[in-house]
Amino acid sequence: MNKLVVSPSPHAHSGLSTAQCMYGVLIALIPAFLVSIYFFGINALLVTATSVAACVLFEYLIQKYLLKGALTITDGTAVLTGVLLAFNLPSNIPLWIVIVGALFAIGIGKMSFGGLGNNIFNPALAGRIFLLISFPQQMTTWPQPSPWGAGVDGITGPTTLNILKQGNVEEIANIDVINALIGNYGGSFGEVSAIALIIGFIYLIWRNIITWHIPVSIILTVFLFSMAVSINHGLEYALIFSELQIFSGGLLLGAIFMATDYVTSPMTPGGMILYGVLIGIITVVIRLWGAYPEGLSFAIFIMNGATPLINKYMKPKRFGEVVKHG
Amino acid sequence: MKTFKIGGVHPRENKLTAGCAITPAPLPQQVVVTLSQHIGAPAQCVVAKGDTVKVGTLLAQANGFVSANIHSPVSGVVTKIDTITDGTGYQKPAIFITAEGDVWEESIDRIETLITTCDLDAQAIIEKIDQMGIVGIGGATFPTKVKLMPPPNMKPEVLIINAVECEPYLTNDHALMLAKADEIIVGIEILMKAINVHHTYIGIEENKPDAIELLKQKTAHRNDIEVVRLQCRYPQGGEKQLIDAVIGRQVASGALPVSTGAIVQNVATAYAIYEAVQKNKPLIERVVTVTGKSLTRPGNYLARMGMPISQLIEAAGGLPDDTGKIVLGGPMMGKATANLDTPTGKGTSGILVIPDTEAHRQEPSPCIRCAKCVAACPMGLEPYLLSKLVAKSDLETAEDRRIYDCIECGCCSYSCPAHRPLLDYIRLGKGRVMAIMRARAAEKK
Amino acid sequence: MNIITISILSLAIIGAVAALILYIIAQRFKVEEDPRIDEVEKTLPGANCGGCGKAGCRNFAESCVKATSLEGMLCPVGGNKVMQQIATILGKEAHEAEARVAVVRCNGSCQHRPNTNIYEGAANCAIVHSLYAGSTGCAYGCLGCGDCVSVCSLGAISINPETHLPEVDIDICGGCGACSRACPRNIIEVRKKGAKGRGVYVSCVNKDKGGVARKACEVACIGCGKCAKECKFDAITIANNLSYIDSDKCKMCRKCVDVCPTGAILAVNFPPKKVVETHTPQSTEQPLQVDNN
Repeated sequence: MNKLVVSPSPHAHSGLSTAQCMYGVLIALIPAFLVSIYFFGINALLVTATSVAACVLFEYLIQKYLLKGALTITDGTAVLTGVLLAFNLPSNIPLWIVIVGALFAIGIGKMSFGGLGNNIFNPALAGRIFLLISFPQQMTTWPQPSPWGAGVDGITGPTTLNILKQGNVEEIANIDVINALIGNYGGSFGEVSAIALIIGFIYLIWRNIITWHIPVSIILTVFLFSMAVSINHGLEYALIFSELQIFSGGLLLGAIFMATDYVTSPMTPGGMILYGVLIGIITVVIRLWGAYPEGLSFAIFIMNGATPLINKYMKPKRFGEVVKHG
Repeated sequence: MKTFKIGGVHPRENKLTAGCAITPAPLPQQVVVTLSQHIGAPAQCVVAKGDTVKVGTLLAQANGFVSANIHSPVSGVVTKIDTITDGTGYQKPAIFITAEGDVWEESIDRIETLITTCDLDAQAIIEKIDQMGIVGIGGATFPTKVKLMPPPNMKPEVLIINAVECEPYLTNDHALMLAKADEIIVGIEILMKAINVHHTYIGIEENKPDAIELLKQKTAHRNDIEVVRLQCRYPQGGEKQLIDAVIGRQVASGALPVSTGAIVQNVATAYAIYEAVQKNKPLIERVVTVTGKSLTRPGNYLARMGMPISQLIEAAGGLPDDTGKIVLGGPMMGKATANLDTPTGKGTSGILVIPDTEAHRQEPSPCIRCAKCVAACPMGLEPYLLSKLVAKSDLETAEDRRIYDCIECGCCSYSCPAHRPLLDYIRLGKGRVMAIMRARAAEKK
Repeated sequence: MNIITISILSLAIIGAVAALILYIIAQRFKVEEDPRIDEVEKTLPGANCGGCGKAGCRNFAESCVKATSLEGMLCPVGGNKVMQQIATILGKEAHEAEARVAVVRCNGSCQHRPNTNIYEGAANCAIVHSLYAGSTGCAYGCLGCGDCVSVCSLGAISINPETHLPEVDIDICGGCGACSRACPRNIIEVRKKGAKGRGVYVSCVNKDKGGVARKACEVACIGCGKCAKECKFDAITIANNLSYIDSDKCKMCRKCVDVCPTGAILAVNFPPKKVVETHTPQSTEQPLQVDNN
């Protein structure tokens, strides 16, 4: 007979592993990926493949030759970083820029902090912001979508967010919200289809991989804040304006997949809601009054930095603390 | 459906022995009765080597208020009073008895008829419970008489019977409820009399519909005993969680559970109390669930205390070759042992045999701060933080984050996707912090 | 040009004003401290091990300056040399203290003490100790998770990957006792350090009866008492089935080493013995093996 194992309790485990969580998120991103291939063609596939390959490769090289530690590329975190980074890029971006972004995301965003679990900022987001600041030209010329990517290279045009920022009331009132829902507008290729992202959100909630707190609080805050600043043009306009704020740009992708990154978001339900609300407020402020048309990346980035503070002060509801006897 | 409000998990129930009736285990040839089968001071041995004892003869006497009497589970001769290697591998004082026949003390009523009337007053009932060595046999083995004598400023209002059995695999309480429902109800009446309350809730999880049905039927004509169906959620069988689930009150940190007005007793304890008070029978045998996916005859065995676990595993079909781990109790809070000679005791609710394929822990990976432990903790603590604080010996902050509230249910380690040994460290830190707190309190005095 | 002048000027002014504020505040809130504290602290090793009984080196320096006599004050890491320097700085008399060293009193390597089960859980001795007797048959011996290693601020103790037992580097160890306090089984003892680091000690803390102890571990002390009978200096006592050699009384004659039937008594850092007077093969092999380490 074998030697018996002795260990402290519990002797059972839920069976959910880190890799399963990560692959779960990847599965949730499949609908958005398919939509992006439909609208942006082979380029979307190429950018994603390059980004994933570069992230995994850089993580492997850094762990093997620089840190000389255990290899963790199979846990899916590098793949996920690659996909998320790619989804935040225009589909016509030169591939070498993607590789530079991947190097920054993995090398600076993740490994320089000590690898998985120790990074303060979401690596994919760090990579995207790095590219946005370094290559503003390439990062902000988005091709217009067309089925199966036909003629993608030719036409580029203003995004919904640019129109929203310029604040031309008539023009905004004429935007078709349906296009934003299915993803038929210019933008980074992973963020365009609201419906596909929401399907992913439902999957994540169903598999118990993330909780509702962060995405819902971000979306609600953006909606309410947008309503408040646009209500002077009438309720109907305010509704369209606020809906567009939610369904366009990277808001859903960011709220569902980037802000909920385990490592860089708060631990307690209260903390998550506070984090989400602040991200929502900062996003709208940057979108409407800042220099960039899109503010979500910066908002999440700023709140990533505030997460340790939130974790310190937002404690969970302790047992026996609230309910009074009698 | 009712359940507790914070955290919790729902592990796979694996109640393999749910349909098994109680089977008497074969009588042991030799028993080893350890002197600390309960929480509190070990009992003091009152027999000597060579003494002849009967079933139910007092072997060891309670040593202090928080302690319990221990009686002989077999008839025979005391061969030696020595130490034995118990489940932990440490030596514990014990009484060795070689069995001869099965002769019971004359005072014990062995006829199976139900006696419903009890003429004793509260004081006498508690005395009887004390004499018969009854302890909470749900697992904690806290001497029952202590729980029935709350501080004078706390008046119990209700009795809650813990028939939750939220641990996966275990079905001993379930089997007992199906077999001895009438006796349990008499036991409850006796308990209500002892603590002078007029209402009882029996909390049962919904995965035992037959037991809920049976007890509802038996108590249908009366309104002082109420069966409460509870959602399946671990650790609902924890005293604090059960009170929260049944009457919606939460025990404040550091307070006694009775401060909410509720006294919780396990359903098997209620049955033991019936036998003690009505039949004069001390706590010498109990139902033990011997279970595991690889066993050929898993079941609920009525076993005398002090027999080695190997004998019970033998009764259940023998130890399979691929066994990787043996757990005394359920998989969430039970204690793993490598010693097959470990004697069973008052607190042995189950013996779980885990095949090698499921016995191993996985290598821990870095914490990804997913917050699953925070969501799972039924006490509203931050397990990821506490375990980190203990690992770097920051006990002060750990105390500030209420590590002493931990009930060691294991929900955090269970749900950690990085397989981190969260509870291992928290348990260590809790012990250290509580020692510091006790020293501080003693200094103040 | 104008812009450059203005920026340089304004930066210079801001710098000057900030410096002034800092200077005033530093003067205003200056804490008067005996300068000798800094001097004493500089001579200390700076390991902050707490072996002196104070909260770190700074605290020790403060107490040295405050104390009227240096008697009883010892930095176990720096030893007499450092205490002499401190005495010179403070103009006080130095008190010689004997050198001490940590000794691991367990020799239960995997070879001597076979595993009886597998431990899987957090690698922390205190956790294993509170859970159960450990993965061998001995409930007293080393658990090998290295709680002692993690508390040593000097890096003087390390786990030997072959034996899974901690080993003390006697050249580095200052005898502060941090490892001894960290060991949940009280295996590590701080003992008098003999000349050239020599020492004779019972490398076992098993209190079980001889047979039980021996069954769990080949090199366990079985409490037979042969060593105590052999010792001419009354240095050896037997209690709870266990022999103990008092390092203050021991003259390191090594007679006990030769008579020990299990090889539980170790003599370390002696030059190799010529194998002339063979008793039992075990008793001579054992110390030799340790000498080589």
